[in-house]
Amino acid sequence: MSENFKGMDVVSIRDFSREQIEHVLKLAEKMVPIAKGEERSILLEGSVLGSLFYEPSTRTRLSFEAAMSRLGGRTLGFDALGGSSVAKGETLADTIRMVDSYSDIIVLRHPQEGAARLAAHFAKKPILNAGDGAGQHPTQTMLDLFTIKKEKKKIEGNHVAIVGDLKYGRTVHSLSEALAMFGAELTFVAPPTLQMPKEHLKTIESMGTKPKITSSLEESIKTADVLYVTRIQKERFPDPAEYAKVAGMYMIDLNLLKDAKKDLIIMHPLPRVGEIAPEVDATPHAKYFEQAFNGVPVRMALLSLVLGGSK
Amino acid sequence: MKEFKVTPIRNGTVIDHIQMGMALKVLRIIGVKEDISSTVSVLMHVPSKKAGWKDIVKIEDRELDPKELDKIALVSPDATINIIRDYNVAEKFIVEVPNVIKGIMKCSNPSCITNKNEPVEPEFVVESKKPIALRCVYCDRVTSDVSENLI
Repeated sequence: MSENFKGMDVVSIRDFSREQIEHVLKLAEKMVPIAKGEERSILLEGSVLGSLFYEPSTRTRLSFEAAMSRLGGRTLGFDALGGSSVAKGETLADTIRMVDSYSDIIVLRHPQEGAARLAAHFAKKPILNAGDGAGQHPTQTMLDLFTIKKEKKKIEGNHVAIVGDLKYGRTVHSLSEALAMFGAELTFVAPPTLQMPKEHLKTIESMGTKPKITSSLEESIKTADVLYVTRIQKERFPDPAEYAKVAGMYMIDLNLLKDAKKDLIIMHPLPRVGEIAPEVDATPHAKYFEQAFNGVPVRMALLSLVLGGSK
Repeated sequence: MKEFKVTPIRNGTVIDHIQMGMALKVLRIIGVKEDISSTVSVLMHVPSKKAGWKDIVKIEDRELDPKELDKIALVSPDATINIIRDYNVAEKFIVEVPNVIKGIMKCSNPSCITNKNEPVEPEFVVESKKPIALRCVYCDRVTSDVSENLI
């Protein structure tokens, strides 16, 4: 299996088969004690991660750095454009070619769609896509799948309700495609203006899943095993008036959860801005902080597979 | 005697069976500018046995290059190319939509990295030939509006 991963670019979740994703999740499980600091590892000692964040990020950037450090590797790069030649107008292609010669693997977040594919075109070293605008964010999808599998023992057959910005939210597009591939039952909860784009629906349906489309969270919560909440992202709206209309439409609080299944889990890619009331944090439903932690073992697994440290 | 609306050409190219209304787009593709030295004739809304109505473009003293043929295929996939040499049809073929489109149109997604001064040629995978659907290799956006995005 390792031959399938070594040197591979991780640009889109579509680049992975179900078997490959399952392999990553299995390895991530083994990485958990190292991610927690309970065990030491020098698996990637001497390896350098080039970390290029053209857009602000807390969790993704820090968890990649944590993953690399926990495996004995090091990270170089930038997360603010002011201190780099990007601010002087350098093309992404040039920056990538340079960092390619300084590091063994490159993680990239960029505001433009397709940036990671372009980077992979110019780099000899593997590229890990950490989000390209409204495009793909495959490592987020993997940690989401890891979280569901860890909490629910399996992904198949679970009823996953995804709520919030389904039109512009990049995490939900790749996640819903992956969940369909794993045979989960899907409900998309959003106001009509923010529903899942037609082309994504078509792709999902072509995998043999017929998702339920609704704007009623109250209805969906009764049968859901997993509630995946996303932030309505102001920065993705071309029209501020459209944002104002839909912001704050769905609020997850104790009142809503009284109709939920006992073992419902609530996930959120974070940051949250009022979608989930703080009172929910103390309930056994809340899994979003575990989910954020899970980014570390999952990224450890990917780094070690792509760099050839693990099989 | 059969009456011709436009007389036959001696040498050049006749693009026949252009989808009705697309002749002006074909002209844009082949680039009819001030510096050309030959005649270009355009027939629009011509009765056609196959499609009801069609457009025709005749270009004297010129044969088209493969990039131009690819572009014509994208705006009118049933167009036929007749290469005329000394009043005779020397070659005749239907344009063909290639499987991969590279360097002849830009991505319709304004947020695509290929629209941001990076040193790459936009590239598309042809997902469907009829109707045309092209998926950007970089941002995955599927577009069917070809003529607005031709370079």
